Amino acid sequence: MKPDSGTRNIDPLQAEVDALVIGGGVVGASIAYGLARAGDRVRLLDEGDEAFRAARANFGLVWVQGKGLHHPHYAVWSMASAAGWGRFASELQDLTGMDLALEQRGGLSFALSETELGARVEHMEKLRAQLAPLTSHRYPFEVLSAAEARELVPQLGPEVAGAVLCPLDGHVSPLNLLQALIRGLRLRGAQHCTGVTVTAIEPLSGGGFRVTTVPSLQGNSAAALRAGEGTDVSGAQAVPAAVAGSAQVHVCRTLVLAAGLGNRVLAPWVGLEAPVRPNRGQVLVTERLQPFLNFPTSQVRQTHEGIVQIGDSAEDVGFDDTTTLPQLARIADRAVRLFPLLGNVNLIRSWGGLRVMSADGFPVYDASSEMPGAFVVNCHSGVTLAAQHAGPLVDWIRGGPKPAAIAGMGAARFKDGSPIVSSH
Amino acid sequence: MVFQFEGEPVQAIEGQMLATALMASGVTVFRSTPVSGAQRGPLCLMGVCFECLVEIDGRPNQQACMVAVRAGMQVRRQAGARS
Repeated sequence: MKPDSGTRNIDPLQAEVDALVIGGGVVGASIAYGLARAGDRVRLLDEGDEAFRAARANFGLVWVQGKGLHHPHYAVWSMASAAGWGRFASELQDLTGMDLALEQRGGLSFALSETELGARVEHMEKLRAQLAPLTSHRYPFEVLSAAEARELVPQLGPEVAGAVLCPLDGHVSPLNLLQALIRGLRLRGAQHCTGVTVTAIEPLSGGGFRVTTVPSLQGNSAAALRAGEGTDVSGAQAVPAAVAGSAQVHVCRTLVLAAGLGNRVLAPWVGLEAPVRPNRGQVLVTERLQPFLNFPTSQVRQTHEGIVQIGDSAEDVGFDDTTTLPQLARIADRAVRLFPLLGNVNLIRSWGGLRVMSADGFPVYDASSEMPGAFVVNCHSGVTLAAQHAGPLVDWIRGGPKPAAIAGMGAARFKDGSPIVSSH
Repeated sequence: MVFQFEGEPVQAIEGQMLATALMASGVTVFRSTPVSGAQRGPLCLMGVCFECLVEIDGRPNQQACMVAVRAGMQVRRQAGARS
């Protein structure tokens, strides 16, 4: 619903919406965009930069290779998203005029020893075998010798023993993606409210929800999560009660919780669970370099502006998003072994960020049976899955069937038995 | 003392920062930007804007405002992104 300047005495935020999405990162914005595109009246709520924001801690990868070992439906879900990403990017570009800088001509993972290469190839071959009964296409990957890898990327260091190339992989500008999604959902008539924190969710008799928010300055999910640390997963006390008069009420038919780690606090309020933990990643960013790396890798990628982003760490350190010298040194060392020219460049920035990880690494997609119309969405790969989230997932949220590939991805699987351990 | 800018000698005072020495000798264009090739020169003169990047003795992307002149220093404009 667009605010109408001709009726200034009506506050557009008071009006009821079809769908309220909590969490304005890549996951929430993809869903809000998809809902608006489908014709719903949508409002997207976001805390602002007080929240932990996995959307700012990612590597921009559209990545399939290696995902879904022992859980092939997740590989199918990821491949479908990767297949639809080009069309998704073009659509956003046509709508908003923003270039997402999508490059999807393949992704590489390098091995610094024969042992490492062997392990990687074995992983990929197992995946291929597990996927064979599910898809008509052969799971696509190629194993490259050191010489073949060097043909693709001449700047490779001498230790590189080989590589795995997956033609479905690519990368995108995460900054431009989020901005394009926000612009896109607004152009499609959705509302975007930042700086607000949800303090209460009440189901309405007859369906729908009444959601109360306060300005984030009065309390936010990061504080609540830190306070609840060490307690069980459903965690913290809610944020403190609002300063009188500052609360705002939103009424909606459908409610989508896409607040990442913040879902730990919110999900129980709709009779669901979001059993996710923080997973810290640390990143280094270099000055701009002449182009030398035409394929993203999971540890080093060069952006379209020439900047090199270095990462691939994963730490279980609670709600601590600071950087540490040992991790930064480790990822820098690995990057220099892969590309010796990086040994001489200036690092401009480093940051740490908390990503979202479930016990088995796979998403949580749940619809509340206690309060129909409420949904929980959590995942680790919000960029890769953006196309699916805006498309098939939104169809499910709007009343369609749950996509077959994600039928088993509810939180109940963690109660049935031990979650399948996987690597990403 | 004397240093070299783009192969030409430039007079400077011992202890002067390279950026001010260059500007005092009439140089305003220090670099071209990586994306558009626009010409840029110093702005903040205190190490936070990164506009004054030059190549010093073969090392690219040095902030001229943060480096003191040295006799015989070889300075060139920073042309776009470094290799």
